[in-house]
Amino acid sequence: MIIPGQMLLYIFLAGVLMTIVWRFAGLALSSGLEEDSPLFRWVGFVSTALVAGLISRLVIFAPGVLADIDIVVRLIAFASGIVIFLLAKRHLGIGVLGGVATLLALGFISG
Amino acid sequence: MEASNAGQTEDCGNMPVSRYSAFWRGIRETSPVPAIILSTAFVGFGALTSQTGLSLLDTIFISVFMFALPGQVVLVDEIGRGASVLTAAIAVAATGVRLLPMTVVILPVIRERAGPKWLELAVAYYVAVTVWVESMRRAPHIPRHLRSAYCFGICVFLVLVSSLGAIVGFLLASKLPALLAAALLFMTPLYFLLGMLISTRSVVSLAPILLGLVLGPIFHLLTPDLDLVLTGLAGGTAAFLIANYLESRRPRS
Repeated sequence: MIIPGQMLLYIFLAGVLMTIVWRFAGLALSSGLEEDSPLFRWVGFVSTALVAGLISRLVIFAPGVLADIDIVVRLIAFASGIVIFLLAKRHLGIGVLGGVATLLALGFISG
Repeated sequence: MEASNAGQTEDCGNMPVSRYSAFWRGIRETSPVPAIILSTAFVGFGALTSQTGLSLLDTIFISVFMFALPGQVVLVDEIGRGASVLTAAIAVAATGVRLLPMTVVILPVIRERAGPKWLELAVAYYVAVTVWVESMRRAPHIPRHLRSAYCFGICVFLVLVSSLGAIVGFLLASKLPALLAAALLFMTPLYFLLGMLISTRSVVSLAPILLGLVLGPIFHLLTPDLDLVLTGLAGGTAAFLIANYLESRRPRS
């Protein structure tokens, strides 16, 4: 990536186009499709599994400075985020905050 | 006309009377907690683009024009690994395909035959989880001919606060101590997982999540180039078969 515009073109082709194509396909198809069809369920599952795979990879093979935090700390903080989320009756904000706070506390102690 | 309408809305209190005031009402009524959580998640995204070596312009461009966080993170992940445009495009497309059914479901709610097409198009463009949840919850209480303007207000507000979040994350990541910058990056996977778990109440809907979590790192080691797409296809299809098997054994209620 040498020319600055090249990165924007990459982003446009691989990112923007590949995302909006589904939204506009949904717009075009919206009058004739059943939302509960097996095809939609399969599509939803594929997309969910993909993002779940991304999640565990981001924790285990962490990007940037997150890789400098011990993997055990990352895993404990992640698990505690889930537990706090469930204890807080599935409150997204409290869960994320709890996990991040655990990471900071453990990272501070061990680092 | 617009001004007097806006004034009337204030007087009557409840229902917006013009598209213009419906738009502003959409902005004002977007729930603050989901908006704060979403923009905080975008702070994590900004930290990620900064750590990957993208520019602030790239970060804003992605946030404003993609506005689908999982796809955005997949894209930046692929860029970070030096993937070709085609590889990245396949991974992003496989991530974004879930937007199709979401758009299909939301359009009948906001569609009006006589209304301006561009508003409907604009709302469809910004369909994403938070927009979807907020719109589906609130739009039914708005008169039909004002719904697309109202939902467009929700979209504009969420895109704005999210992009601001991404900018803040981008600028903070290089200035914060390493531990705090790491915490910003850590928010993204946790936010995604908890976001998925919110609506998960059965073994059937948990299956693709668990399979994806397990298969992701395995495919990453086996086939680093196409690991995400293969994880999605293998995990999603296996979960689909398991779900159908479980449901065929149980009589439908």
